[in-house]
Amino acid sequence: MDLELIITSFPKLLSATVVTLKLLSASLFFGLFLGLFFAILRLNKNKLISGFAYGYSYVFRGTPLLVQIFIIYFGLGQIEYLRTTFLWVILKEPYWCAIIAFSLNTGAYTSEILRSAFETIKPGIIEAGRSLGLNKMFIFTKIQIPIAIKQSLPAYGNEIILMLKGTSLASTVTLLDITGVAKFIISTTFRPIEVFIVAGSIYLFITFLVHNLIKYLEKKYRYQ
Amino acid sequence: MDLISFGDNGWGDELFVATLMTIAVAITAMLIGFLFALVFTPLKLSKYKILNLIANFYTTVVRGVPELLVIYLFFFGGSGAIMYVAQIFGYYDYIEINAFLTGAISIGIISGAYSTEVFRGAIQSIDKGQFEACHVLGLKKYIYFFKVIMPQMLRLAIPNLSNVWQITLKDTSLISVTGLVEIMRQSYIAAGSTRDPLFFYSFAALLYLMLTYLSMKFINKLEKNYSRGY
Repeated sequence: MDLELIITSFPKLLSATVVTLKLLSASLFFGLFLGLFFAILRLNKNKLISGFAYGYSYVFRGTPLLVQIFIIYFGLGQIEYLRTTFLWVILKEPYWCAIIAFSLNTGAYTSEILRSAFETIKPGIIEAGRSLGLNKMFIFTKIQIPIAIKQSLPAYGNEIILMLKGTSLASTVTLLDITGVAKFIISTTFRPIEVFIVAGSIYLFITFLVHNLIKYLEKKYRYQ
Repeated sequence: MDLISFGDNGWGDELFVATLMTIAVAITAMLIGFLFALVFTPLKLSKYKILNLIANFYTTVVRGVPELLVIYLFFFGGSGAIMYVAQIFGYYDYIEINAFLTGAISIGIISGAYSTEVFRGAIQSIDKGQFEACHVLGLKKYIYFFKVIMPQMLRLAIPNLSNVWQITLKDTSLISVTGLVEIMRQSYIAAGSTRDPLFFYSFAALLYLMLTYLSMKFINKLEKNYSRGY
């Protein structure tokens, strides 16, 4: 065990934590909107629309995240037309490619979580809203969404942790997040165990924080 | 379509072999995971706090740390650790463990942590009366576990194990960083030499989709088999 390496690699990995957290928060932010959007499409009565939403979540949940990143980062750059549009400004940056892939991926999982949460809402609650003369939009934003959020908190907490682990794949497209820096240190010092301990502890600490935050929110929003 | 034709001109046969490799790694990893679960599930359910602590440490750490990091640990540290053990026994040559084993073991350890949680949950949700009935009937430990608890546990565990299988199957794509030629690595090689990454990575995605689809079909059958009578 090389204590000195643990001490010297800690600040390096800590500064890489910022990159990881940025990737995580950005993809969760976009993913939540995508998830909500596709959950609503899934509940649509039109078979074509709900089928499209199902296809989206099936493809993104059925393929590895690594493939998704590679398609977006290496694959899309191949299309000549894309290179001439303004989209290229975004797609040439590995950082944004990673965020796009992560958002689409977590969006697929989130849409499943939200869909099942919407489906478990008792029809009586919505009917009660209707009989009070509330309009559809009001019922949706003030009744269905708050209940769905409560319902889906535990599952969404797991999704955040899965996504945190998913951000490590950003290191495969040259980004220096925690895993990227860890790999760099390992390949220059050949001391995998020490680096694993430091990087692993940082990840575990973030997981611990997320876990407790979700626990706190669950308590706060529990049914009286 | 020429790109995926079989033979010297296309990548069809290479990708086919790579797909078999992915399946082989995933199954090996799943089995290694079961071995780990077999050890750690009893520890989780044990009366002794220390044993609980050990098992909880394993599942928490492995499930909280990115898969890629675990793979790097084994990829860079695996042969070092084995050589260290070998040196104790007086063997000083360089030992290289192959990429297949490194990959299968590292993914297996991850999948084992998930399996442990699944088995623990399944055993805990079996009615207490079943355990007591076994004691009352004076069944041998071996019969008691394999004939009474196991079938009931499997019924409860299979739906969740199918999730673990999906995770394991998708995690195998990460082994490509160690150079093992599975779907992802082969697509990487093909994309590099034909300069057509979009096609090959999309094709890889299609292969993974096919694998997850087929395995779901298979697992649904298993599930029906184990839930007969319910």
